Amino acid sequence: MKTTLILSTALTGMAFAASAQEVNVVSWGGAYEMSQVEAYNKPFTAETGIRVNMIAADNPATPLKAQVEAGNVTADVFDVEVSDAIRLCDEGALVEIDHASLPAAPDGTPAVDDFVEGALLDCAVANIVWGTVISFDTTKFPEGAQPQTAADFFDTEAFPGKRGLPRNPKRTLYLALIADGVPAAEIYDVLGTDEGVERAFAKLDTIKSDVVWWEAGAQPVQLLADGEVTMTTVYNGRIFDAMVAENKPFEVIWDGQYMDMDMFVIPKDAPNMDAALQYLKFATDTQRLADQAKYIAYGPARRSSAALVGLYQDGVTEMAPHMPTSPEALENAVMDNPEFWADHDTELTERFNAWLASS
Amino acid sequence: MANVALDPHAAIATTASGVGAALTTADGKPLARALARSQRRARRRAFFLVLPLLAFILITFVIPIGQMLQRSFYNDGFSRNMPEVSAWFASTERGTDPDEAAWAALAADLTAAAEARTIGMVGTRINYDLSGARSLFTSTGRSLRGGLEPPYREALLEINEGWDNPMLWSVMREASRPYTANFYLAAVDRTRDEDGRIQQVDERQQVYVMLFMRTFWLSLLITGLTFLLGFPIAHLLATLPMRKSNLLMILVLLPFWTSLLVRTTSWMVLLQQQGVVNDVLVWLGVIGNDQRLQMIYNQTGTIIAMTHILLPFMVLPLYSVMRTINPSYVRAARSLGATSWTAFRRIYFPQTLPGLGAGALLVFILAVGYYITPALVGGSSGQLISNMIAMHMTSTLNWSMAAALAALLLASVLVLYWLYDRLVGIDNLKLG
Amino acid sequence: MLDDRHGDAFVAFEHVQKSYDGQTLVVKDLNLSIGKGEFLTMLGPSGSGKTTCLMMLAGFETATHGEIRLAGRPINQVPPHKRGIGMVFQNYALFPHMTVGENLSFPLEVRGMGKSEREARIKRALDMVQMGAFINRRPAQLSGGQQQRIALARALVFDPELVLMDEPLGALDKQLREHMQFEIKHLHERLGITVVYVTHDQGEALTMSDRIAVFNDGRIQQLAPPAALYERPENSFVASFIGENNALPGVIEEFEGDKALVRLDGGGVIDATPVNIREKGQRTTVSIRPERVEFKPEMMPPGAHTIEAKVLEVIYMGDILRARLAVAGSDNFVMKMRNTIGQTRLDPGQTIRIGWHPQDARALDPV
Repeated sequence: MKTTLILSTALTGMAFAASAQEVNVVSWGGAYEMSQVEAYNKPFTAETGIRVNMIAADNPATPLKAQVEAGNVTADVFDVEVSDAIRLCDEGALVEIDHASLPAAPDGTPAVDDFVEGALLDCAVANIVWGTVISFDTTKFPEGAQPQTAADFFDTEAFPGKRGLPRNPKRTLYLALIADGVPAAEIYDVLGTDEGVERAFAKLDTIKSDVVWWEAGAQPVQLLADGEVTMTTVYNGRIFDAMVAENKPFEVIWDGQYMDMDMFVIPKDAPNMDAALQYLKFATDTQRLADQAKYIAYGPARRSSAALVGLYQDGVTEMAPHMPTSPEALENAVMDNPEFWADHDTELTERFNAWLASS
Repeated sequence: MANVALDPHAAIATTASGVGAALTTADGKPLARALARSQRRARRRAFFLVLPLLAFILITFVIPIGQMLQRSFYNDGFSRNMPEVSAWFASTERGTDPDEAAWAALAADLTAAAEARTIGMVGTRINYDLSGARSLFTSTGRSLRGGLEPPYREALLEINEGWDNPMLWSVMREASRPYTANFYLAAVDRTRDEDGRIQQVDERQQVYVMLFMRTFWLSLLITGLTFLLGFPIAHLLATLPMRKSNLLMILVLLPFWTSLLVRTTSWMVLLQQQGVVNDVLVWLGVIGNDQRLQMIYNQTGTIIAMTHILLPFMVLPLYSVMRTINPSYVRAARSLGATSWTAFRRIYFPQTLPGLGAGALLVFILAVGYYITPALVGGSSGQLISNMIAMHMTSTLNWSMAAALAALLLASVLVLYWLYDRLVGIDNLKLG
Repeated sequence: MLDDRHGDAFVAFEHVQKSYDGQTLVVKDLNLSIGKGEFLTMLGPSGSGKTTCLMMLAGFETATHGEIRLAGRPINQVPPHKRGIGMVFQNYALFPHMTVGENLSFPLEVRGMGKSEREARIKRALDMVQMGAFINRRPAQLSGGQQQRIALARALVFDPELVLMDEPLGALDKQLREHMQFEIKHLHERLGITVVYVTHDQGEALTMSDRIAVFNDGRIQQLAPPAALYERPENSFVASFIGENNALPGVIEEFEGDKALVRLDGGGVIDATPVNIREKGQRTTVSIRPERVEFKPEMMPPGAHTIEAKVLEVIYMGDILRARLAVAGSDNFVMKMRNTIGQTRLDPGQTIRIGWHPQDARALDPV
């Protein structure tokens, strides 16, 4: 397996070593990769003349780690998850990125202030933000009495019906605390204490018998569509598809969204280091991130991009309100904290399962 | 010797003369050895024939599983990367308070680990036993880049006060030896306190024993259900004319041929509260619209879906055994005066036992290891121990814990297998 | 075909018909009475309906029409376990998961018999078949002949008055089969039970039976004691099915008292006893056993008609000599001669004239 990887990366390396001006980007394939080709690569090549080769991987962190371990790095930019970015940076596999060198916002705001919280790491720059949000079926609640906050999610008296939640502590405990009045910024401090965990479970207890637990990303949309639940948390890209592409009568509550990011990283010894840095800066500038929203419902990691987000590719749907990074969405958003979860995942998962099993 | 070899009669004469003398071949070599040699050649050839398969099994099965199981009691994430403090632990008794030498060793190891970028690994290992320790190591590692000055205790405490936690030192002592039973302890809801004594974990944290019990109970129940449902079907299959039984067999095997997700989704469509079954019941007036039954996303859902999926594993061995049972046995019993029930109970059923045993063993073992189905339709009360193994494998990445749970599961299945052998006899097993 | 000898029929089939598919009859209007203590064999080729009749009697098949009576009582509606009939199956059907003792104990247990009586009966039944030492063996540890004896013992252990046997000796080798034939026959005589025996082996049927019912095409072709069956077959099927037989097609030319003159299709005129044949000019098949064919004039009755035969080959078979002859256009005419001192030796190519006593040749229905 490893040998094959080394062999294949060596071969691709040889193939690319021939031409001078190019950059190799490893991403996730599919619609997401297409949005990057349209929004980043084409304008980048048009502007700089540097060709961009997109390489698809199941999880780009895997070939990255394999290339670094084999001492034969052939690609320049990798699109990875936050936890992998931190881990790989800790292991010394990535180049550190000078945040000051990133382009400022059009209004002059420096990049450090323009990017959303947590989007800039020592070795990584986030490009998109995706959220886990609350969504509900508008037909299940009378007009004027529609749920609006995370607290409403836990209020089954005022807003009757079953609730959908993912069966893991990561995306449930924080929501209970938000609904219980803990400000988004203090979530991890509170969750780090025993009392905080107690408090989260106590809040979850209030709706335990009404919860339908989901596992895979497609489930909550289906649950909502089937009428099994009236409200559920769901990945924002999925619910956007249901609302816009399938015209379902769903609405999103941005209050208490849980944000995850995808990040660009550059491995040490990248063959086209200069072009890689150039690409990374170009792709994460305000306009590029805003453009990407035209093709996929993921939010730009820059605040300044929000204003530039235009219409969805159907030419009708205004994308701005669907962005997890819109001002409204960011108001009470909890950013994923890989550090915290590296410490507490096992403990809280065990406790969560014990709680689930208890009657 | 040479002329003996030339004269074949000589050998015969030798054999005939001595009553107790060992038999020899025509050329005078002991017969037993000659036989052994000729058989050795055949054995060697047979061995070479199975060698590819042996190598395949070894490489794809025995070694990976062995390595996986090794993780359950062997984890050198700490000891390998923290050699000096591990040496200090080895030279002192449990309960010894860390002296300045210990702090110096810790500081040196931490600096080296931070340099080598292995500190995350160390932190992860300690975090298995002490939640929150990973960030202590990684954050300390980041602050260590400038190096440390003695006294090391104060220097480290200045970076993070967490270093003074006696529980941390106790856990590090445990981790300083790569061989550990801690993962097994954790797998049965036990842990060690500061002094290394084994005790139950906090009640709110106890989950594994309960899940083991639930897994075995549900697997047993599912095995029973597949038997109740599968026996008549298998009998029908075995007695129907070939053409009809083939058609029925296709229906039985259908679960094999549909993708797991399609199957699971169809169960959801049928069983959910707004689903077909509930709709029909409401329409028939059996239940009111507000009394819709919860048949999925709970234990019931797990039982229904797994019984469905595992049914063929019961039906096929039963069917293949029943096919071979001559109908004249039951006829003979009837002619001897037995009612049809007695003939079934005393003559037919005992002869299906090899198939039943094989089916039950298959279904039970598969049920014990299932996790995708319970994950999708099990809700909160239908989770099994395998879901925790999968969780540790893919999400928390605590592979040692996953291995310990898997090893316990494997051990209990082997115990059951042994019990089966004692009670029924493993040669009494017919898989098809 | 009721036989007067057994007026008080123990088993009776009356107008019994059986169809499996509703289109064809496997058993067509069967009438048969079996007397108490009789050994009756149902003999016929496979598919002739004999096994179906046995299964209807045992209760495993239901008659489509007609009535079956056992000891005067209609049993069409009686389930098999209440008929009290012992049965020996073709494959013995010994229960493989039970020992010999348990196999024999089974019919006694389901009858609620006490332990001591069970043991006594089992011992008696096993001793009867000389298998007393095998009580703790499993069927798989027994030879075919031993299994056969156990099956017999099991069918008899609960003292049934009627025992059915479905080709019980089919799986045994020739020598053992002949030995078992005598044993079964002796058991039958000693116990005085009624036996209905199904076989397709005519030798077995002739050896053991009081009477034989020859089945073909769902009907009993002839029901008679062995000797009568062999010597006085009533139709061509029975003549050809039982024993070796020469069949010569021809036309009735003349009746002379008890005998008829038959002009053979292949030329020549011979003597025969007409059976169910009434008119001149009717087509017939003359049936003559090989051992009743004579070629020496002094052995034939005076005035016997003879026909020419050419010797094709002579096979030496020890006790007899078997000559294949070309007679009246057929190359398969067989003549058997006893191998005695002074027996005339025939050579291939030789031409002789053959004839027979008129009562030995039977002019039957045309094939």
